[in-house]
Amino acid sequence: MKKLKKFFGAAYLGLIFVFLYAPIVTLIVYSFNSGKGRQWTGFSFTWYEKLFNSASIGNAVGNTLSIALLSSIIATVIGVISCIGINALKNKSRAVYMAINNIPLLNSDLVTGLSLMLLFIAVGVTSGYPTVLLAHITFNVPYVILSVLPRLRQTNKSAYEAAIDLGAKPAYAFYKVVIPEIMPGIISGFLMAFTMSLDDFIITHFTKGPGINTISTLIYSEVRRGVKPDMNALSTIMFLSAIVLLVLSNLVSKKQVGEVKAAAGEKKSKQAV
Amino acid sequence: MKEKTLITLEHISKSFDGEMVLDDLCLDIHENEFVTLLGPSGCGKTTTLRIIGGFVTPDKGKVLFEGNDITNLPPYQRELNTVFQKYALFPNMSIAENIAFGLKIKKKSKEYINDKIKYALKLVNLEGYENRRPEILSGGQQQRIAIARAIVNEPKVLLLDEPLGALDLKLRQDMQYELIRLKNELGITFIYVTHDQEEALTMSDKIVVMNQGYIQQMGTPEKIYNEPENAFVADFVGDSNIVDAVFLRDELVEIFGAKFPCVDKGFGKNKPVDVVIRPEDIDLLEPGKGSLDGVVTHIIFKGVHYEMEVRTPDGFEWLVHSTDMFPVGTPVSIHVDPFDIQIMNKPQSEDEEAIGVEE
Repeated sequence: MKKLKKFFGAAYLGLIFVFLYAPIVTLIVYSFNSGKGRQWTGFSFTWYEKLFNSASIGNAVGNTLSIALLSSIIATVIGVISCIGINALKNKSRAVYMAINNIPLLNSDLVTGLSLMLLFIAVGVTSGYPTVLLAHITFNVPYVILSVLPRLRQTNKSAYEAAIDLGAKPAYAFYKVVIPEIMPGIISGFLMAFTMSLDDFIITHFTKGPGINTISTLIYSEVRRGVKPDMNALSTIMFLSAIVLLVLSNLVSKKQVGEVKAAAGEKKSKQAV
Repeated sequence: MKEKTLITLEHISKSFDGEMVLDDLCLDIHENEFVTLLGPSGCGKTTTLRIIGGFVTPDKGKVLFEGNDITNLPPYQRELNTVFQKYALFPNMSIAENIAFGLKIKKKSKEYINDKIKYALKLVNLEGYENRRPEILSGGQQQRIAIARAIVNEPKVLLLDEPLGALDLKLRQDMQYELIRLKNELGITFIYVTHDQEEALTMSDKIVVMNQGYIQQMGTPEKIYNEPENAFVADFVGDSNIVDAVFLRDELVEIFGAKFPCVDKGFGKNKPVDVVIRPEDIDLLEPGKGSLDGVVTHIIFKGVHYEMEVRTPDGFEWLVHSTDMFPVGTPVSIHVDPFDIQIMNKPQSEDEEAIGVEE
């Protein structure tokens, strides 16, 4: 009976994984197909070669990475500064600000993208790399605030005051005492912003203008004109990079948890002595 | 011996959101004194300390430090250090780095800093703790590190904001002696904030009793305890019986129709006054032998003494501490020695009434 239960449990789990990953596995398999069609004609790296030799793809990858990196760094700086301000507010106005902060998160990307496009047109900015960057910073800031503010609220305010009391100027006290305490929040906010930017299609699509592409807009425009197997290869690479990032971030957070646990363990053993 | 004044608060007023926290407060703090600001929560004691520390700017008035106006000087430019209620250690630094924080800002040499760390850790009895992390220390240890971190900067004044508030009773008592020892070894001024009257009585050279933004009384612990100036001080510091009385003439006061000889003079003739009698100053005698007869209505064993309530015919319940036991129902007579009767003027205006006891 117990064995049967275990078997069904495993089978159910397996089925879920099949549904979740079958499409991706199909994609990965086809990316190694030597032919162009849906027929399996043999294993090859043709499409990967083509991928690395294509200037437009190289360009798109470069744009995607530089926009993700720049926008998440700038959004992190703006977000942290905003958090300091929001944290200093009284409870009521803080709630109002947080509600305003959360609206873009819930808002549909379509609305955000469309309204940004209209805004850029209204103020007369030509669409291109800068507009995409601005748009990405805009939608990234709320994520940073959302992950930094709770951390900042938890910090012991006396520690900052103690630093000032010991002769530190406010900026130095903030850098030495507050920043290290909210660092985990900053890192997770940065990572969240980075992935959001990497992933984004809709907002980029509306704000990019002609002549510039990120990976997602490139895949979209290529695939629209019929299946291109080199896009399968590109998607495979993106999927694998996402997995690597995920594993890395898990390792980092596991290490942090481990440190805390070790410290707690040490305390316990000391109490026992 | 004339003591040198170190800090002067001149007519300090402060309100938060329209609510008056301090009203025209004046206070002198002398060199090498252990001064305690004592009062219930919301009395303005912590605000006073934060004004001295530079974290709060008063709306009105001046703060003088050795005669210089420091009212608008930021905390990092003041020659005093604070020990906070919540152990405000820097969690991302080791104990040694915590203690070195202020010295590094002052750009002291490495040897100097290391010597100072050793010295400070020895002073607070935590030698060899240099490389530990703050989070693995107990509350008492953390607070001692916070003190060490403050005193390595050689401040002329150490401000302590209820530093023992979060510790348990036994530890708190140990730390009280530790603080007295530290103060004597360092020879600097301590300004201490607490709501614990026992703590204040144990450690202070001078106690400043505060309530609702006003100073109620200032003086040595003995003076505060034995000669409270008003009903609030008498009630807040220690247990007490506060009763309405009439000051018949010099050295004679009438309480509930009974005449009690006292030692006070100059309150006028047949004038209504408040009288404070500490529970341990009441002697219980056989009926008729004391000044006022009554019956024991309540008794609790407190370890060192019995705490009893004695009801007199007028209905007042007297709190009495005695090492002798009188069972409930025993008729007794109250006797008080003349010098144990403390006479106080009744509050005159509404203003004074407002600062009195809240019940």
